[in-house]
Amino acid sequence: MSEPTVTSPGTASAAPSGATSNGGSAVEVNGLVKRYGEVEAVKGIDFAVARGEIFGFLGPNGAGKSTTINMLCTLVRPSGGSALVAGHDVVSERDEVRRNIGLVFQDTTLDGYLTAEQNLRLHAELYGVPRDAVHERMRQVMEMVGLWDRRGSLVNTFSGGMKRRLEIARGLLHSPRVLFLDEPTVGLDPQTRSSIWRYIRELKAREDITIFLTTHYMDEAEYCDRIAIIDQGRIIVLDTPQELKAKVGSDRVQIQTDDDQAAIAAIRERFGIEATMADGVVTFGVPAGEQFVPRLFDEWDPAHPAIRSVSVARPSLDDVFMSHTGTTIRDAESSNDDQRRNVGRMMSR
Amino acid sequence: MATETSIRRAGEEALPSSERPHELARVRVPVRSARSELRAIKVVWKRELIRFSRDRLRILTSLIQPFLFLFVLGTGISSLAAAGTHGVNFKTFIYPGILCMAVMFTAMFSAASIVWDREFGFLREMMVAPVRRSSIVLGKCFGGATVAGFQGLLVIAISPLVGIPYNAALIAELLALALLLAFAITAFGVMFAARVNQMQSFMALMQMAIMPMFFLSGTLFSVALLPTWLAVLNRLDPLTYAVEPMRRAIFAHAHISAAARRALDPGVTWWGWHVPTAVEAAVIAVLGLAMLSIAIVEFSRAE
Repeated sequence: MSEPTVTSPGTASAAPSGATSNGGSAVEVNGLVKRYGEVEAVKGIDFAVARGEIFGFLGPNGAGKSTTINMLCTLVRPSGGSALVAGHDVVSERDEVRRNIGLVFQDTTLDGYLTAEQNLRLHAELYGVPRDAVHERMRQVMEMVGLWDRRGSLVNTFSGGMKRRLEIARGLLHSPRVLFLDEPTVGLDPQTRSSIWRYIRELKAREDITIFLTTHYMDEAEYCDRIAIIDQGRIIVLDTPQELKAKVGSDRVQIQTDDDQAAIAAIRERFGIEATMADGVVTFGVPAGEQFVPRLFDEWDPAHPAIRSVSVARPSLDDVFMSHTGTTIRDAESSNDDQRRNVGRMMSR
Repeated sequence: MATETSIRRAGEEALPSSERPHELARVRVPVRSARSELRAIKVVWKRELIRFSRDRLRILTSLIQPFLFLFVLGTGISSLAAAGTHGVNFKTFIYPGILCMAVMFTAMFSAASIVWDREFGFLREMMVAPVRRSSIVLGKCFGGATVAGFQGLLVIAISPLVGIPYNAALIAELLALALLLAFAITAFGVMFAARVNQMQSFMALMQMAIMPMFFLSGTLFSVALLPTWLAVLNRLDPLTYAVEPMRRAIFAHAHISAAARRALDPGVTWWGWHVPTAVEAAVIAVLGLAMLSIAIVEFSRAE
């Protein structure tokens, strides 16, 4: 977990900044609700994030992830329930919370007409970072994301990935205790996505910091220490990715055939397994996939439709999501998008 | 308060140096104080200046309008108006109004950047900072005033071309009034920017506010012989209280006959009482502060 913060050799201190010295949770949420008129975007959620943890909120667009993160960041007032961030109440101790958190939003919040360095200096001034510490801290966070050499460039000349990296550096400038990342890799190419994840994991190793992020990428959720799956404003399940996958209990077998409907019927008749169509192929779950495949071919009647290909996969978070919600995250997204104004926002990406 | 610097090395002992590509020093952010609010005001102000100085095109284009009014409209109407100006150069006459207009447009553009900031997300960076919203609004208004004051100075620089000699006292008075006006107009714009989300709507709204103010202020005509309805509207126009004292100051320094001054610059009267410059300046200051307060309340309420 996180390394102890050390003032000088011998003087250990575990409370780096701010008034919170308790070793309790970094984030503590009780019965949090947000209503917009008639619509309940967040329907009473409870969870706690331990210090030093990478905690992920996984769910389709429109599930309530951003609303929750906005409430934790004091940007949106909860309609009910309570939330403590770094030991401070998000409603009654708004400034205390703000001082102790770093934010990286989905959409850029940089000033494109200023240089990278001017953006960070502005941030340092707004957050009251001691003047004599600004330069050194700025160099460190910018070196970490590999932008120190570009500090004199106008942000408008940066690519999307560079902007996101600069935002991460800026979010860290004032040594926050909790870093919030709202969809940190959305709209980025795979290479940039993986480098952002490298920074996040490096950060966890080097700073005494808790990371709270939202994502709708299943593969990224695997990097989290724990994840909460959220759908339609409720937390459906919360655990480590390993535990969640273990609980699904079965491997996923997908076969391509000449006649899918006949194959589904044959599987039901022969093996007593209910297969469904997913991603355009016949899909079903069995406890031990590798051992099932030889059996499948042994018992497959020549009268059944011919099998063109077989694939076996360990349970992924996709399967976790599916086993809890009965739908894939992609399908959940398209139905959410129809209901919500997100459609326009997604198209603009 | 807790402003002491404490740079700590994180992970110094936990990892061998080979696994430490970058060391991160922790900084300590002090609790909110008057000083941290001042820093916030200053940095928002400074951002306005940096952005303005980088935008040379904006400085240039905002000078075109005053030039058009002064030298095209001014020259064109001079011959027409010669009979009624008692020998006073028409360009000298409209100069204070043109100066005010240049200042107003620049101030308005500064306020408009809040709408841009919202659209491009940067406003959020300021809204989540652990400082008072009033500090951000104040910094913005000071920034707008400074930038517009600079624009005013550029227009003041060309005053000899319209028959107004350089004079330190005159320049100081014009600049002070220009700054006051710029501050009030920025506050006016920021007040609207808190509620308007679209740039197009904001610009349309501003045009709608500035043009009537400009026409009613007596920039292009003398307020001596107006029909009652126009005289009333003229007194209600805040810009009147910037144009009139500027004109009075200019006429005092430009060797203009007493008869001409009576005809062209009769001064603003309230029920027969001649409103002195100090009261006129106070009118603008009070209006500016009122709009500033509304802007602060609106921004503090916004989530």
